[in-house]
Formats: sequence, structure tokens, C-alpha cells
Amino acid sequence: MTILALDWGFIIEKLIMIAIVVFASLGIALYTTFGERKVAAILQDRPGPSRAGPFGLLQPLADGLKLIMKEEIIPNAASKWLFILGPGLAMTASLMTCAVIPWGSAIDIFGRHVELQIADVNIGILYVFAVVSMGVYGIMIGGWASNNKFSLMSALRAASQAISYELAMGLALIALLMTTGSLSLKTIVEQQIQGHWWNIVYQPLGFLIFFITAMAECNRTPFDLPEAENELNFGYHQEYSSMKLGFYLFAEYINMIMSSAIMATMYFGGYDLPFFNEASVAPNIAALIGVGTLLIKIVLFIFLFMWIRWTIPRFRYDQLMGLGWKTLIPLALFNMLLTGAVILAKL
Amino acid sequence: MQALTNRVQAVNRKPMTFLERLYLINIIKGMLITFSHMFKKQPTIRYPEEKREFSPVFRGLHVLNRDEEGRERCTACGLCAVACPAEAITMEAAERVEGEENLYREEKYAAKYEINMLRCIFCGLCEDACPKDAIYLSETFAPANYTRKGFVYAKSDLLIPNPKTEANAYAEAKGVQA
Repeated sequence: MTILALDWGFIIEKLIMIAIVVFASLGIALYTTFGERKVAAILQDRPGPSRAGPFGLLQPLADGLKLIMKEEIIPNAASKWLFILGPGLAMTASLMTCAVIPWGSAIDIFGRHVELQIADVNIGILYVFAVVSMGVYGIMIGGWASNNKFSLMSALRAASQAISYELAMGLALIALLMTTGSLSLKTIVEQQIQGHWWNIVYQPLGFLIFFITAMAECNRTPFDLPEAENELNFGYHQEYSSMKLGFYLFAEYINMIMSSAIMATMYFGGYDLPFFNEASVAPNIAALIGVGTLLIKIVLFIFLFMWIRWTIPRFRYDQLMGLGWKTLIPLALFNMLLTGAVILAKL
Repeated sequence: MQALTNRVQAVNRKPMTFLERLYLINIIKGMLITFSHMFKKQPTIRYPEEKREFSPVFRGLHVLNRDEEGRERCTACGLCAVACPAEAITMEAAERVEGEENLYREEKYAAKYEINMLRCIFCGLCEDACPKDAIYLSETFAPANYTRKGFVYAKSDLLIPNPKTEANAYAEAKGVQA
């Protein structure tokens, strides 16, 4: 009876963690929309949303309520099941990434040693890549099912953009993997903590490429061609309304949070707080400080995303493709060669 | 071709240097500019709580004045109506009868005095034309209304409160007056 020998505590522990991580990501995404509007406003000398609640803090709730209360419209010509599947898939894919991110070291609670990571998969980075490339299905299916030429155009753009930039992203990561020698995100973070230097020091070019491609993968400005309003009206979610539209918009913000988390984990030491001796406080508190550190890093990255969005105009489509294929991929290859050469020289 | 003015600028057609083609430096420059805007003063006036101050020469809604004893100054001479370029003012005159000396300053007064705020262009010519200091343009503007009729302001809407009987309301009305 092996099934009875299951460690139920383990399952409950993981379920609780999944719930916490999913709801925390949703909550952060909710307030990221608020942050986006606030950052945009402040960069443009405006006050931004300030009416709902103190400092406008209830604005995202009002926005969410509005989205839910809106009438749900499914166009006659749309392929119904795919139309419903699209936003769900986009949301699922963006939430799935959080499974492998190490949010902190480990805490001891109720006599259990709880790792603050849903699953320490030894192929963590591969998993992230697999999930990220699934994200484009949400957009593709939504755009296709809408039966609207603008949506379709936008979906095609999103797909070709994702494919082009995933290549450079993968190549940039290979260079990182050559230095770390592991695909597990937990191991990568621990190496950075023990090695005293974050990976950004060893891979500045790799990080730059990864950052640019991550921005393109999230469909953020200046790479938001799938949503280019002046060319495509609204993009792949043009026919969507109510919470289905909300899911698409939300998925974009969750993607942003997840790619920030991945960047913080892989290049900026994850939950490592620099110049701080974790052994000087109780291990549980040290773990919580680590979680806080990672969250702060994520927020900083999100701010950077927004800051770029409200500074730089959108690329033209040929510029986007040119940058991806003619600049980033050769640069990533060069970075890979350079890393290889340095590793060889050190041996 | 000969330039017509001395403001002509030759377009710089130099090919971009490597650093410029990198684009990154220029992006960072642009980002620093947007960042510096975070610390700039916002020109926003948060409207219902804060209000922009009108200039002292602002010409707003009309007020029909009274003298110190609370008597209406208007004699219904019609000069304001004549001066009005938008033909927004109409009035009907009436003669003061015995016992109304505390109401009207002179023997003739305006029984009906209407200004159509939809026609009015707030030029202030009525104020200039009035020989009796009876009409003034205040520092408030006509509030929104549901019907066109609501914008035809009758004498009761225009008349300033009586300084004798409603001293507070009079002072308040006086306070926003130009």
C-alpha cells in the first residue's frame, strides 16, 4: 500500500505554498497595474489615480470590479471553445512559471523543514522555457479564435516575435549555464550566495541580452507590437471583453513579475541580501528576510520595466526583427564563445 | 537657392557613429530625462478640493447691485441691453409706487430682468454701459444645467442679497465680486 505511505504533510505543505504563491502573484499583479499607472503619471508630471481610497490605493479593486461587471461578449463568428481557452491558457502559462522560482531558503515550522520553493526541479530553467513558450499559445489561440483580421495579425506578430527572441534568450542563458553548471534555479542561487559574487558580474552582456529578450517575451514596450494600437486597433484581445480581457491584461503583468523573478534569481543572487550575514539571526527570520529581498529585487525590476515603457517609443516591425536576428543572436553567440574561452583559460 | 530668412538650419546627414547605433546610451539618456521628471512639481490642480484662482479681471456671472440701504440700483434704462452685442439681456420697466422707496432707489425700476447665459459672451459691456453701477460681472461662472430654460437667469437669480436683511449672504456675494 504505497499510496497510504504518502507524506500527507508534504502534500499539504506544497498545496499551501502553491495557494500562497498564486494568490500573492495575483495580488502583486493587481497592484502592478496600479503601479504602472502611478509610475506613468509621475514620469509625466501627473498625480495619477488618486480618487479611490487613500492615495488611490483601492483603484485596482475598482478596475477589477469594473472588468467583472462588464457584459461578456463572444462574437458570432468566433470559434467558441478556443475563444474561451485563449485567455485561460495565457493566464495558466504565466502562473506556471512561479513553480520553480526559489522564493527563499527554508523555514522550520511545526517541526517541518519547509523549502520555500514549490518544486526544486533539476531542469528548472528548461521548465521555465517550456512554460514561457506555451504562453504564446494563449495569444495565438485567442487571436485566431476571434476571427478578426487585426487579432490574427497581432497573434502572428506575437508568435514570430516570441520565437525570434526566445532563441537569443536561450543562447544568453547557455552562457550562464556554462558558468554555473546547473539548471536548477535553487543551485544557481546557492552558488551566488556562496561565491560572494552575483552572476551579473560574470555575465553582464548575457544579462543585457536576457533583459531585452525578456522584455520582448512579455510584450512590453518597446516590444509591444502585438498591441500596437495605431496599426492593429487593440491587438489579439480586441474581441475580448469582461474578465477574459482582464485575464489577458493580467497575464501580461504576471509575465512581467515572473520574468523579473527569474532575472533576480539568475543574475542578481535571488533571495541573497548582500553584506548581510544570514547566520547572525534565527534561520526562520533569515529566510523571511531572503523572501523580502527577492520581492524588493522583483519590484525594482518591475519599476525598470515601467520606466522603460514610459520612456521609449515602440519599434517598427522590421527593426524588431532586425534587432532580434541580426544583433541579439550574434551577440549572444559571441557571449557564449567568450564565456567558453574564459572557462577554458581558467582550467 | 537663396535662403529667405537667416533661420535656415542645415540637416545633419552624418552617418551615426557606432555608439549612436548602439542605441543603448541614448536610451539611458532618455531614461534619465524621464527619471528627472519624477521630482518635478506637478501642475495638476485637484479640482473639487483645490480651485484655480481667477484673475482679478475675470468676467463671470452677472450680479445686480443694491445700494448701501439695500435698494435696487437698476432703473431699467435699457442701456445694458443696447450695449449687449449678443442681445442676451431683456427687461421690463415699472414705476415705483408710494411706499416702495425702501425697495427701489429711483422712481423707475426693472420689474423683469433676464439674462440668457447661453447667449451671453461675458464681454462686460453691460457693466461699462450701466450709468447707475447696477450690474457687475462677478468671479463665478454659470453652473451646468439640465435644460436651456435653466440658463435664462431671472432677476431673482441675479440680484445680490440685501445688505440690511441678509448681511451675511450679502458679504459672501460681495466677497467673490470683482
